[in-house]
Amino acid sequence: MAGIEVSALHKRYPDGTVAVDRVDLSIGDGELFVMLGPSGCGKTTTLRAIAGLERQTSGDIHIGDTLLNDLEPAERDIAMVFQFYALYPHLRTRDNLAFPLRAEGLPAAEVRERVDEAARMMKLEKLLDRRPNRLSGGEQQRVALARALVRRPRAFLMDEPLTNLDAELRADMRTEIKHLQAELGTTMVYVTHDQVEAMSLGHRIAILNQGRVEQVGTPLEVYQRPASLFCAGFIGSPPMNLLEVEVADGALRAPGGLTLTPPPGLPRDRQLVAGVRPEALEVTQPGAEGAVPARIVSAEALGDEIIYVVDHGGERDVRVRMPPTVRFGEDAPVGLRHAGGTPPVYDTTTEELVA
Amino acid sequence: MALSVDEAVPGPASDPTPHARRRTGGGSRARAVIEGGLLLLLAVAMLFPVLWMVETSIKDGRDVYAVPAQFIGFDATLDHYRDVFVKPGGGRSDLSVAFLNSVIVAGASTALATLLGVPAAWAYSRFTLKAKKDQLFFILSTRFMPPVVVVIPIFLMYRDLGLINTKLGLVLIYTAFNVPFTIWMMKGFIDEVPAEYEDAAMLDGYSRFQAFYKVTLPLLVPGIAATAVFALIFSWNEFVFAIFLTSSSDVRTAPPAIAGLIGGTTVDWGLVAASAVVFALPVLVFTYLVRKHLVAGVTLGAVRR
Ligand SMILES: Nc1ncnc2c1ncn2[C@@H]1O[C@H](COP(=O)(O)OP(=O)(O)OP(=O)(O)O)[C@@H](O)[C@H]1O
Ligand SMILES: [Mg+2]
Repeated sequence: MAGIEVSALHKRYPDGTVAVDRVDLSIGDGELFVMLGPSGCGKTTTLRAIAGLERQTSGDIHIGDTLLNDLEPAERDIAMVFQFYALYPHLRTRDNLAFPLRAEGLPAAEVRERVDEAARMMKLEKLLDRRPNRLSGGEQQRVALARALVRRPRAFLMDEPLTNLDAELRADMRTEIKHLQAELGTTMVYVTHDQVEAMSLGHRIAILNQGRVEQVGTPLEVYQRPASLFCAGFIGSPPMNLLEVEVADGALRAPGGLTLTPPPGLPRDRQLVAGVRPEALEVTQPGAEGAVPARIVSAEALGDEIIYVVDHGGERDVRVRMPPTVRFGEDAPVGLRHAGGTPPVYDTTTEELVA
Repeated sequence: MALSVDEAVPGPASDPTPHARRRTGGGSRARAVIEGGLLLLLAVAMLFPVLWMVETSIKDGRDVYAVPAQFIGFDATLDHYRDVFVKPGGGRSDLSVAFLNSVIVAGASTALATLLGVPAAWAYSRFTLKAKKDQLFFILSTRFMPPVVVVIPIFLMYRDLGLINTKLGLVLIYTAFNVPFTIWMMKGFIDEVPAEYEDAAMLDGYSRFQAFYKVTLPLLVPGIAATAVFALIFSWNEFVFAIFLTSSSDVRTAPPAIAGLIGGTTVDWGLVAASAVVFALPVLVFTYLVRKHLVAGVTLGAVRR
């Protein structure tokens, strides 16, 4: 077991596509590290570079104290689970699990023992004599996980392993993976474009965009203080409301009159945008204390909550998350006020967090 | 492994369109009769020459020339088949040597083409190569020339190399013709096998080549079988090179040897027919044996994923 260190990773494919521009990651020993980003941002490429399936154009990758750059995938002692599980179709579950052990040349008795142990762990005992095409998606997924852990590798790499499962199974497997990782204590790099998955699994999350790391942090940090406008727009559903603000009289004022508490140390003479989570706003009766006059544009009742789109006279309408007990009709005149703490503030030109 | 290959083969299409089945009126019966009649006509047109060949091969020399021709009621004999393999005075006939030569040449060239073509196809499928498309087009272009066009230059080259009238010469030229075909056909099959299998195997501790050998190759068996049968049929049937590049009966393959029976003052049609039947049989049997793989090969893209 060991941590993974990726420094200044750059990958250009032969056709000229720069898939990874510059990625630095420092993944701790035993950490469940999630890479999150939109499609095409270079997550898979980064993972394949760590696995050794793709040779980086420049940059170094270490696992523990070992420099991996020139090692074959087989020599890296890393296991990977692919999005479409890549179970060997001509082998039974038992032989799929034994496959990596046979590569090591372990004696047959030990192979059997380790296969049985992994099968027990992933509850596959009844499926050992089936071929992959006779397994359901969830079962295939468990076999793939079992095959990854049977070898006791130094690290697991997971490339969107749950994408092909239906929603319910996905939630179950998410829990199972989290459990497994905690139990084994093996470093895991988990790639996904699903933010719920990222938030619920990761000890830390790296947000990637166009081949660069935008932010690394715990799920809470990433949610509360997105490091850039990209992260602010990417995390959260619905995402943050981005309000153009000016500093006046020790407060942040948005067009339409909405007032926010400014964070300390705001720079002057810069165009600023405040990021306000939908749950940090509140729709009130018109004329309530501290509320600006506004109007409901539309409402999405999601059962456990209602998302209101509210026109408050600003540049853009804002989204507000309210409990389902609070009901306003469309076009109803209402009040809007800020109910959260100090919002993160971004510079519109650099698109980065300033305070 | 054989089991898995067979499992990959879809059963006979079990979904005759329900619409067609629902319309069981009088009109559909007439239609079925017409269809059956047309198919029968087609079958007769296709199979009659074969039947005639088989009949001729078991007729007495006299009956072959009988007018009107006898379809039934002639005395069957296997003399012609004996003559195919045994000289009139005893010992091995020239034809039997020719058949043996055909087996050696077709078998060796098919094996060689498969051995060279499959790894090449794998490389073309999996690796980024400079001007890959151009290379592949060049490889294909070697098949644009019909054998007749290149046979004279080949003849001259072979004469200088001392390959004229050798089995090795035929094996080499057939391999040269079959390798491009094998590469193209196998590349299609390999493209269908996701590269992730090999990626996974490499991470499981195998080298690149082991990954190919242990994971991809078993999945390619149907494709290889299909490709090899086509290559085998080409080599087995090939006539132009065989007749130009060989002269003696101990090197000659079956197609020119059989053709050589026709000509001269009298033609023993019974012998011609019998040797033609013997010539057709191996390919028929072989194709029959691998028919499942042929179907699997053709439908491989449809059943995967
Ligand atoms: N073999 C390749 N050759 C050329 N370009 C490639 C290759 N593989 C990926 N790319 C490009 O590199 C970029 C990053 O791809 P990558 O697969 O790493 O994205 P990703 O973040 O995993 O996306 P997704 O969420 O869709 O899986 C994309 O623009 C992609 O088109
Ligand atoms: Mg990907």
